[in-house]
Amino acid sequence: MPETIYIALIPLLPILSFLLIALVGRRYFPQICGLLGTLSLLSSFVISAIVAYQYFFVVGKVNGIYKQIIVFKYAWLQFNSNISIDMGLLLDPISVMMISIITFISLMVHIYSLGYMKGDPRISTYYSFLSLFTFSMLGLVLSTNIFQMYIFWELVGVSSFLLIGFYYTKPSAVAASKKAFIVTRFADLGFLIGILILSYYTDSLDFQGIIKKATDPSFIGSLASVSFMGLSVLTWGLVLVFIGGAGKSAMFPLHIWLPDAMEGPTPVSALIHAATMVVAGVYIVARLFPVFTFTCPDALQVVAYVGIFSSLFAALIACTQTDIKRVLAYSTISQIGFMMFALGVSGYGGEQGLGFMASMFHLFTHSIFKALLFLGAGSVIHYVHSNDMKDMGGLRKLMPITHLTFLIACLAIAGVPPFAGFFSKEEILLAAWQSNKLIFYAAIFTATLTAFYVFRLYFQIFWSKTFSAHHDQSDAPEHKHGEAPFSMLLPLIILGLLSIVAGLVPFGHFVSSDGEVLNTELHLGFSIAPVVLGLLGIGLALLFYKKENDKPNRMASALSGFYTGALHKFYIDEIYLFVTRKVIFNLIGRPAAWFDKTVVDGSMNGITSFTTSFSGWIKGIQSGKLQDYTLYFFSGLIGFVLLVIYLWT
Amino acid sequence: MNEIGLMHILVISTSLFFIGVYGFLTRRNMISMLMSVELILNAVNLNFVAFNKFLYPGQLSGLFFIIFNIAIAAAEAAVAIAIIINLYRNHRSIDINDATTMKF
Repeated sequence: MPETIYIALIPLLPILSFLLIALVGRRYFPQICGLLGTLSLLSSFVISAIVAYQYFFVVGKVNGIYKQIIVFKYAWLQFNSNISIDMGLLLDPISVMMISIITFISLMVHIYSLGYMKGDPRISTYYSFLSLFTFSMLGLVLSTNIFQMYIFWELVGVSSFLLIGFYYTKPSAVAASKKAFIVTRFADLGFLIGILILSYYTDSLDFQGIIKKATDPSFIGSLASVSFMGLSVLTWGLVLVFIGGAGKSAMFPLHIWLPDAMEGPTPVSALIHAATMVVAGVYIVARLFPVFTFTCPDALQVVAYVGIFSSLFAALIACTQTDIKRVLAYSTISQIGFMMFALGVSGYGGEQGLGFMASMFHLFTHSIFKALLFLGAGSVIHYVHSNDMKDMGGLRKLMPITHLTFLIACLAIAGVPPFAGFFSKEEILLAAWQSNKLIFYAAIFTATLTAFYVFRLYFQIFWSKTFSAHHDQSDAPEHKHGEAPFSMLLPLIILGLLSIVAGLVPFGHFVSSDGEVLNTELHLGFSIAPVVLGLLGIGLALLFYKKENDKPNRMASALSGFYTGALHKFYIDEIYLFVTRKVIFNLIGRPAAWFDKTVVDGSMNGITSFTTSFSGWIKGIQSGKLQDYTLYFFSGLIGFVLLVIYLWT
Repeated sequence: MNEIGLMHILVISTSLFFIGVYGFLTRRNMISMLMSVELILNAVNLNFVAFNKFLYPGQLSGLFFIIFNIAIAAAEAAVAIAIIINLYRNHRSIDINDATTMKF
């Protein structure tokens, strides 16, 4: 590919705008910072669209197979001839797809935030953080080296932390940002150990090097003896890497940070906690997919079961929550679970690789419609000034465009043809059907629940009772047409249109497990059951929530024990609190604190107090009186003379 | 024992030396201390003369050292008195116990 270095501009433009805004812009021209960030991202998006076109249609395909292209690589830290930490740019179908998605969603969010964050005094800070995040995420997906990815992985984590805690005067936001950071950091510990194990045994930190070595049959044979607790050491490495990915992607049991992360500004939730950052875990599994399939199918089983369990679990919780952003957060967990188990049930190459392709396809469509759901929810929250769906209802006349786009997104996520989610979800279900029936039945049940809870959300916001603008009666006439400003509507409309057509992309032609074209045809017979069940879910939601009635309450009391459990998120937070406060704090924290205070501090304090008293005593010798000094001198002299005489004789 | 020998002179010079040391350690007046120092120096001079006369008669090295010592004593007295005058200007006193500012 000639003149390829311009690809480096894709991540560099956001970091430049971050530096410009954070160092200079925040102080000297805060009012145009938003525009600056948006323009730099627009250029970044245009470049990545060009790159995607070049890659998919001009240069990427060699003999019908999409090749990995390393555009640029610089050995940043060389440990020995094989192991080095490189900084580079890697283009292959999934990274090209990811950069297009990231820059596109980020651009939409930048435009949307121009309206949403208008009037906020810290809007320039907000835009600098958004740019930092976009840079880190692009760096993450373009990494050639697993350690480079780890560096950007942490950068993504820290920008997520900064943005969740953006409203730092709210104690809940501060707590949520700390929780997100600590939980993901904890998971990243696993990731780091996994990286070290992988690089130790494969003698490489490069993705290409690791994959080449780890899928070599003779190498797999040589590792058979190295095992720990019945699994091969490479499986443990991959499981640890997956733990890092599960932390970032909010898989059970590390999902607890994501619902709380909704304390951040809503566009941030759309960008980071729905469309891009949380799929990093799926991305790392996809990146190392050949190693997972060829070398460690056990690790892939872990991925599959964690994925399906998280998916079902989160969908059940989502049915009971009343905070609209939390419903969407649990729905995100559930959908990422879909992508995870799709990878988990997949094989490599050809028809076997259907799950891989379906997972990437779902990632693609999900980021579009989930971003749309979040942005729509943001525009509702912007109008109602509340997150709770009990304060909403009957908004369809007041916000027609938001209503329409939100409906499209709901249909897409519920898997109603011909919207985007239908196609990707069908592929996933088909892949599950072909490999594991248990996962398939759980998945189809989850899909039904998904349809139910998004339409519960939809009906409660836009139908149900009539909306009373009780929050502020005085400016009611001004708000008569409660629609959001144009900068917020534009992304909604664009994303809405894409949610309709994105599913029609022949995705298997571009992204597949082995780079070859995977032709997918729609199995109409197979699709009937999921669609009917999805429509059933929607119908149930319609029955329960279209008009205010007592059916939901009766249903809740009929399932009382289960309902309370789901309402309290199955007490996972409480279990964590119990484990940390009661077990870890008492058994490890307090003894460690005692040891630190008495033994470590005590010995240090002892040394200092001894030094102080000793020096207080000897400083009396230096009285400043000449005659004292003379006395010492003479007594020393006499002592010396006596010593010489004594020794001499 | 009717002739003055080396022993007598050494006893005198030793007494003179320790009188000087005692005076240097006990007197509080700086001029008196300076005088004590002169006593110590003169005890040394006495030793030089005595050793030269009794041990190496006919040589002059001991006598030359005395000349040096007297010159040094004169220079030392000049410096010491200059220091004392300066101290007096600052402290309005020539008591050695008042000059204790140069400690720790």
